[in-house]
Amino acid sequence: MSTSQKDLKLKKRSFSAFLGNMVRQQLFIPVAALLILVLFNLIMDPSFFKIELGHNSAGDPVLSGYLITIIDYASELAILAIGMTLVTSASGGQDISVGAAMAIAGSVVLRVLCGNNPRPEHMQTSIIVAFLIAVLVSMCFGAFNGMLVAFFKIQPMVATLILYTAGRSIAAWINKNKLPVISDPSFGYFGNSIPGIPLPTPIFIAVICMIIIAVVLKFTNLRLYSQSVGINSSSSRLNGINPQMVKFLTFVILGVCVAVAGFIKVSRLSTINYSVIAKDIEMDAILAVALGGNSLGGGKFNMKASIIGAYVIQFLTTTLTKFKVNSTAIPAYKAVVVIILVVLSAPIVREKMGTLRKKLARSKGNVGKEVA
Amino acid sequence: METGAVLEMRGICKYFPGVRALEQVDFTLREGEIHALMGENGAGKSTLIKVLTGVYPKDGGEIRLKGSDKPVHIRSPQEAQNMGISTVYQEITLCPNLTVAENMYIGRTKGPLTNWRKINNDAGKLLDSLGIPALPAQQLGSCSIAVQQMVAIARAVDMECKVLILDEPTSSLDEQEVEKLFKLMRDLKEKGVGIIFVTHFLEQVYEVCDRITVLRDGTLVGEYVIEDLPRVQLVSKMLGKDFDDMADIKSESDTDKIDYNSTPVYEAKKLAGTTGIKPFDFSIHKGEVNGFTGLLGSGRSECVRAIFGADKVSGGTVMMNGKKVKINKPLDAMKNGISYLPEDRKRDGIVGDLSVRDNIILALQVMKGFFRPFSRAQAEAFADEYIKLLSIKTASSETPIKSLSGGNQQKVILARWLLANPVYLILDEPTRGIDIGTKVEIQKLVLKLAAEGKSVTFISSEIDEMIRTCSRLVVMRDGKVVGELSGNDLNQNKIMATIAGGESK
Repeated sequence: MSTSQKDLKLKKRSFSAFLGNMVRQQLFIPVAALLILVLFNLIMDPSFFKIELGHNSAGDPVLSGYLITIIDYASELAILAIGMTLVTSASGGQDISVGAAMAIAGSVVLRVLCGNNPRPEHMQTSIIVAFLIAVLVSMCFGAFNGMLVAFFKIQPMVATLILYTAGRSIAAWINKNKLPVISDPSFGYFGNSIPGIPLPTPIFIAVICMIIIAVVLKFTNLRLYSQSVGINSSSSRLNGINPQMVKFLTFVILGVCVAVAGFIKVSRLSTINYSVIAKDIEMDAILAVALGGNSLGGGKFNMKASIIGAYVIQFLTTTLTKFKVNSTAIPAYKAVVVIILVVLSAPIVREKMGTLRKKLARSKGNVGKEVA
Repeated sequence: METGAVLEMRGICKYFPGVRALEQVDFTLREGEIHALMGENGAGKSTLIKVLTGVYPKDGGEIRLKGSDKPVHIRSPQEAQNMGISTVYQEITLCPNLTVAENMYIGRTKGPLTNWRKINNDAGKLLDSLGIPALPAQQLGSCSIAVQQMVAIARAVDMECKVLILDEPTSSLDEQEVEKLFKLMRDLKEKGVGIIFVTHFLEQVYEVCDRITVLRDGTLVGEYVIEDLPRVQLVSKMLGKDFDDMADIKSESDTDKIDYNSTPVYEAKKLAGTTGIKPFDFSIHKGEVNGFTGLLGSGRSECVRAIFGADKVSGGTVMMNGKKVKINKPLDAMKNGISYLPEDRKRDGIVGDLSVRDNIILALQVMKGFFRPFSRAQAEAFADEYIKLLSIKTASSETPIKSLSGGNQQKVILARWLLANPVYLILDEPTRGIDIGTKVEIQKLVLKLAAEGKSVTFISSEIDEMIRTCSRLVVMRDGKVVGELSGNDLNQNKIMATIAGGESK
């Protein structure tokens, strides 16, 4: 065999090993799903990817196009996915109250800005104060959930069911069931775009959140602690970790994420509809974690995969909307795609695929030998 | 078949991948006897029970039951029950939210309609005849654990069982409840039921049993009539050491170097836990290796867990190097330089999905603090150092620990605690379930650590391991410290006599 042939073979092998490695990566499924969606849209209608620089009603430059919409609309989900991933990892369960908690956070923002008058001419305080108060309130609700889960050992889904049920009424009660509207355009900057900047602000907020969590994961032991607790809380305790505190902490962090997401949501509309705002977003957030290939039973997690999962979900929703799928039918289509993705990322299927690939490679190798 | 026998098992073999769980084990149960099945952990007691009840298929041998000439094949627990073999497990497997009568008859009613009145009547009669203090219509969950246990037995008896297996039924009962259970067992014995009693409480065996079968390492040691087997002999049979064998001579180690007059590294006075141990005093000096010994369930693990703060400590004072310290949780102990390798590696030791590297640095990392993670390179260096030092066999430091063999997992946990650089290291059964080569390595390591001036508490079920490594032994029985042996007293005979208590010569 000449050296060039050998090289070729080696290259081939290393390429297949590379491919195999990639398939085994946790990021593979969400990234592949994203690529398939991109490909599908490219084939069906390449104009899907067109981005135009236009002007909005105020005459400021804005970029528009489906891609921008996707990245914009996925912001809240991506932010929630960050917190949900941590909660899932440490407690082995999910928080189903995030949608209701977002309503509360949004309501708090509006209440602080409006004061007693639901239609104020001017905002009563600065937006940053309103935002910080909302963060504080959300952290308290997160702490409440965390306390039930960590100290009273209630299953996360049951514990958060309480706030899931009560949250929207609490949100309405905060504003005495009125629908405050803020007319000051500067409030809308956070959910739409800041004049002069052509990209929607939520994109920047989401990116800031991602940077913050990346920094936190890098410079603290949050990852090690929550993974240990999620995998084996008894042995974590014997290594000096306080499993209850770790679980509690993840719920408080999720509370912060909820406040940011809720703030974006009310800023988009400058008002709130208690029963509709962020409806069913908790399921999408959980789905993002699952699509990222993270075990919903807790333990190891991949933050990037969760975040990509969030964008996949929004990509899918936008694609379906674009193809004029009836809005009531969208959940059904989504479900089909989700089933496929979740089954594909199930460890048992991945294992099977792995052995299948090995078998294929072996039989190919045998054929090669016979020919030789 | 032997006359009077209800059950005969001959030459039973059972293999698991890489493990010989049972090898040519014989077991005979006679009508109207209570037969204890004894052995330390891993001796094969539960495997034998599981073969008998059809949970595991057997790999060899035959089982005969009274009333059938041919050997029987038991393929499932359901089949075993139909043949008259009933089991009552340690954990109650009934439904606490149903009534006593419902629990007794659930799954056994025929046809779509059930005459609950008749069933309640029948249940009442049966409970009466067995002297069980429960009403048929009472909710099971409202009965005491002992009564629940008895209801489980009543259910088994009513299924016309010939063989009743009681698997550690007394471990969650108090003394009076045990008494009641024993009375029920004696009544059943009068009725001709053969009872297999699995327990690790010696006292109870001598109180209620007629015969003892001892297993060790998956093989049969022998069957004995209770009168012919004094306690000390039983202990020596279970541990596999001949009582009269005086061959053990303590190797000349550095025990002379230990300064017993110095301030102890660790000293506990009247340390009390909430896990059923009596308050105890304990101290250890620099460079000393000592051990806690006693049979399984004697409280030796609970003692060291109390020292480490792993279980709630309810009283007592602790001094380290003469200074009073408070140890209420593991982190307190770790900060005071105590390390603890837990007995149950899988449940309390490893963090299964995490990499070998993360498992090694875990304890030190926690001590360093939440906001000060090790850099990747630093963690990598630690892991590589200890993988080399303890020659841990792993593909890389990235490999999840759960894919390593038991011995290597144990070494990783050991590496974790060595990395934490303790002054006092507690090793609870570090050699359980690992191959002989690794065992010797660990024992050598313990002696080396002591020579370097660390204090070590070493616990093992294998007495010769303890004798080889320890210079002082604390002996426990039923949650109490019953003796402390050192120097010339450290020999098999003396240790076993102290463990067995009662009739020590």
